[in-house]
Amino acid sequence: MPKIIVNGKEYQVDEGITLIQACDSLGIQIPRFCYHEKLPSVGSCRMCAVELKGAPKLVSSCTTSVFDGMEVVTESDKVDQMRKTMLEILLINHPLDCPICDKGGECDLQDQTYAYGLDRSSIDVQKRSVEKKDFGPLIDSYMTRCIHCTRCVRFCTEIAGVESLGAIGRGDETEINTYVGMAVTSELSGNIADVCPVGALTNSNYAYKARPWELISTETIDIMDALGSNIKVDSSPLAVLRILPRLNESINEEWLADKSRYIVDALRVQRLDTPLIRENGHLRSATWEEAFETIKNNLVNLKGEEISAIAGNFNDVETMFALKELMESLGSSNIDCRIQNILFNNKDTSSYLFNSQIASIDDSDAILIIGSNPRKEAPVLNARIRKAYLSGNVKIALVGEKEDLTYNYDHLGENSNILQDILNEKHNFAQVLKSAKKPMLILGLGALLSDNAEMLINLCKAIANKFGLILDDWNGFNVLQTSSSLVGGLEIGFVPKDYKVGVHHILEDISVNKIKFTWLLNADELNFNKFQKNTFVVYQGHHGDAGASIANVVLPGCLWLEKDGTYVNMERRVQKSYKCVSPIGQSKEDWKIIRKFSEVIDKALPYNNLEELREKMSQYNTIFNNINIEPAKFSYDSKADTNIIGKSLLNIIKNYYITDVISKNSLKMNECTKLFVNNKSK
Amino acid sequence: MLAEENKVFNNLYGQNGVTLDIAKKLGSFADLKGILEKGSDFIINEMKASNLKGRGGAAFSVGMKWSFISKDDPRDRYLVINGDEGEPGTCKDRELLRHEPYKLIEGIIIASYAIKAKACYVYIRGEFAEEAKVLQKAIDECYQDKLLGTNCLGLYDLDVYIHLGAGAYICGEETALLESLEGRKGFPRLKPPFPANCGLYSSPTVINNVETIATVPAILYRGAKWYSSIGVENSAGTKLFCISGHVNNPCVVEEEMGVSLKDMIETHARGVIGGWDNLLAVIPGGASTPILPKNFCDRLNMDFDSLKGAGSALGTGAIMVFNKNTNLLKVIHNIVHFYYDESCGQCTPCREGSGGALKLLNKFMNNQGTAKDIDALDNLVGRTLGTSICGLNDATVFAVKGFLKHYKDLLLEKSIN
Repeated sequence: MPKIIVNGKEYQVDEGITLIQACDSLGIQIPRFCYHEKLPSVGSCRMCAVELKGAPKLVSSCTTSVFDGMEVVTESDKVDQMRKTMLEILLINHPLDCPICDKGGECDLQDQTYAYGLDRSSIDVQKRSVEKKDFGPLIDSYMTRCIHCTRCVRFCTEIAGVESLGAIGRGDETEINTYVGMAVTSELSGNIADVCPVGALTNSNYAYKARPWELISTETIDIMDALGSNIKVDSSPLAVLRILPRLNESINEEWLADKSRYIVDALRVQRLDTPLIRENGHLRSATWEEAFETIKNNLVNLKGEEISAIAGNFNDVETMFALKELMESLGSSNIDCRIQNILFNNKDTSSYLFNSQIASIDDSDAILIIGSNPRKEAPVLNARIRKAYLSGNVKIALVGEKEDLTYNYDHLGENSNILQDILNEKHNFAQVLKSAKKPMLILGLGALLSDNAEMLINLCKAIANKFGLILDDWNGFNVLQTSSSLVGGLEIGFVPKDYKVGVHHILEDISVNKIKFTWLLNADELNFNKFQKNTFVVYQGHHGDAGASIANVVLPGCLWLEKDGTYVNMERRVQKSYKCVSPIGQSKEDWKIIRKFSEVIDKALPYNNLEELREKMSQYNTIFNNINIEPAKFSYDSKADTNIIGKSLLNIIKNYYITDVISKNSLKMNECTKLFVNNKSK
Repeated sequence: MLAEENKVFNNLYGQNGVTLDIAKKLGSFADLKGILEKGSDFIINEMKASNLKGRGGAAFSVGMKWSFISKDDPRDRYLVINGDEGEPGTCKDRELLRHEPYKLIEGIIIASYAIKAKACYVYIRGEFAEEAKVLQKAIDECYQDKLLGTNCLGLYDLDVYIHLGAGAYICGEETALLESLEGRKGFPRLKPPFPANCGLYSSPTVINNVETIATVPAILYRGAKWYSSIGVENSAGTKLFCISGHVNNPCVVEEEMGVSLKDMIETHARGVIGGWDNLLAVIPGGASTPILPKNFCDRLNMDFDSLKGAGSALGTGAIMVFNKNTNLLKVIHNIVHFYYDESCGQCTPCREGSGGALKLLNKFMNNQGTAKDIDALDNLVGRTLGTSICGLNDATVFAVKGFLKHYKDLLLEKSIN
């Protein structure tokens, strides 16, 4: 470990890092504009320059590697002069429109000018003005404010893997622009507003909404995909105003996918805010008492097997657990959270998890993607695969639909039969897996829907077992889930007793009137044609959509941002989400609705608050006690049937922007669909 | 003044014709094999002994530069010839490309052999399309004559490629040139690492100016002792000077280092228009070198130390002469506009600083400048000196600083209130 001397004090720092990283780790502040810890350094803003002993000029600390015996001074007249000069000349052309700029209050240029700059400039000249650029519906641009740090360009080319941004023109006339005025075509485009150190690129959802110092910030998690990205939610007392990513190296690093960021405009649209009861074919608003009474009346004479419950997306574990216990108390085991009808075995935990964990993608040296488009199913995870790809140490192959994943890969074909060939070592990629040190496969839900899911899982397990994907400290068998609540539901056993009975069986029973009552928990993606006129449907959820429209009673629940809850992500990471804003209208926290209803039917569930409920939950499954991920043991049965049908594997998500009831109601997501999905050429 | 027999470039004006046969008759390739057989160490030591300094403007010792290439580095090595001659007032490389391409090629062969490069790229500015054609013809002849290609003279393999630039001044900066050559936007690279360690395609690379390399054969044929005996102390050898502006005969001429400026203008350029007393100022080494008023020019010698002593620099040896009909404000405005226009836009001081300086000068051009603006200009350029990635910003700074040093009054006269 090299020893360096900073401002006369000796420190020991890590090898191979840059000076600015070393100073950051030592708590020594160095101002910067173009440097960003996740992006390649260019050393162009000259703001981070420091004195290095032996160097004739000041050196940019973001591009200078540390070496043993290095002596630097970060605070001196020379350095101070440099910072003042850089700020003064950056402000020659900066419009200084902080009072109307969305970045005001959290702007790097503003902060650093305050800390290091001068309060006035002697250079009194006409400022440059730059035409506004169209970066698509998600990003507002005010390019006059741009200081040409090229963070956005580097983000797009390096992290997001789309070459849509670039600097055109030269010198003073340099402008950041998209390629012939096209929008930024990435599922991660929102991040360029985060990396922008000034107000040149801003979040279009948040435009002119608030000042950062007025915001109430809550640190919570995202549930728009199964990653469980860490986010910071900024809200006014009444409404969520914006969603920003929060650093978590194990999951999302510093990035957030566009859908997670821009559904803010859908959070208060098409919401169920009062209980509803269907009378004469129409839903009318009602009180909670009325609603519960109606449900009770329709439940009294039913036997356990005539009752069912289906949980969809966005459900916290607590609610599913309470509903499961309610159903048990009613004698029903017709419950299922696998709304996509892929029959995961909840007893075989490793068969539905992303076992290697997301961060291990960095270390993997062979990745086989099966029937998945990670770019649409989990954009942030895809950025990790791209990072591994750029490191040059990984071979990536895909079986399934050929699409632009932002990195090169071997397209082995579309048919699942190729997997059989790999298993039988008839395919070249078998050799790649065999020789790799840390190989992994990523099994997409699209594959499981296209072919026989059970056989396909068995086959993939056989491949994992045969080619060294399973080692003592490595489990390369990964399923890429898309729903934030499925793993949680499986962990608390929100499935029928026999895991081979699935939602389609429940629907069959409904269609032949064997099941007369069903409780839908945010379940909208179902084949509602199967429902009979006399099936009594309770819909509990937050957005009025397909489920609510056929329901007999609607119980308004909360969005995840309006309640505390627990979610389990696809790695089996247990994370809590926290209440950011109050529920709207008469809607209530979901588990409380179920608890209250259990009281109405005299089967009161044995918990009076969230803590007691969580206590019960962790008695049921110990993973809820753990902060760290409890790895699932890989189980493999060599006799298991691997006779897949052999079909073309189709991806599950066609339109990234609209996948669920929340994004469906987002104006921005609809604009993106119009622009990027329906009319690609614009 | 340089004696005829000491001239390195005996076909500078193409007076003898430009073909390989003629070049051979004039002495090129006379004993190439003999020189190469003396070995790479001999060549590099000879170059060091000759005290030849880079003729592109930075004046770095050539032998030293070559010796930086590590001998046992397993990577490929490259020789890159900088023919992106863009410094205003400079036109010496153009003459060499037109009329002395064989000296350049012979220099390339020797330099490549010395640093063990198997490929050489000649980066020529796009505007020199005709010159590139001449060089290409010369290269083709040398391939035919087995001076280039594989197993030449039983000693070396060497391929020479011409690459035409697209008109950016900054691509004459050596690392920006490498970026451009690699197919990217011409942005200068941060140093270190230096090209000798990590240059073209991340390999050890030597980048030399056309004039520098074209001088190499003469030095090796006639000996370092001969070459270093020409000129003055610290400034050895001969140099091509480009005399332009208000002279009767603008020309490119080879002279020995340390020659008197007045003599050169009087002899080769047939004097200043209107006579020596009509001289106002001279920019002695290309637009980026500080301007010198007439009183400095009367007894000025053209070598590194003398010019440094006068507060300017030799640069590329482009002498721009201004007589008393010149509006020097317009001159400096034009120069700053040039640097503003040619700034690549990568780093802050140059991108914003050159714009700021230009806009301040614009105010004086439009009779809107104030005394405060003069201070602002002085302050602005003074503070950005040495802060940028490459030297382009410093060029602006030197030009403006030089102007302010001698001609601040011009601005004061122009300023309001």
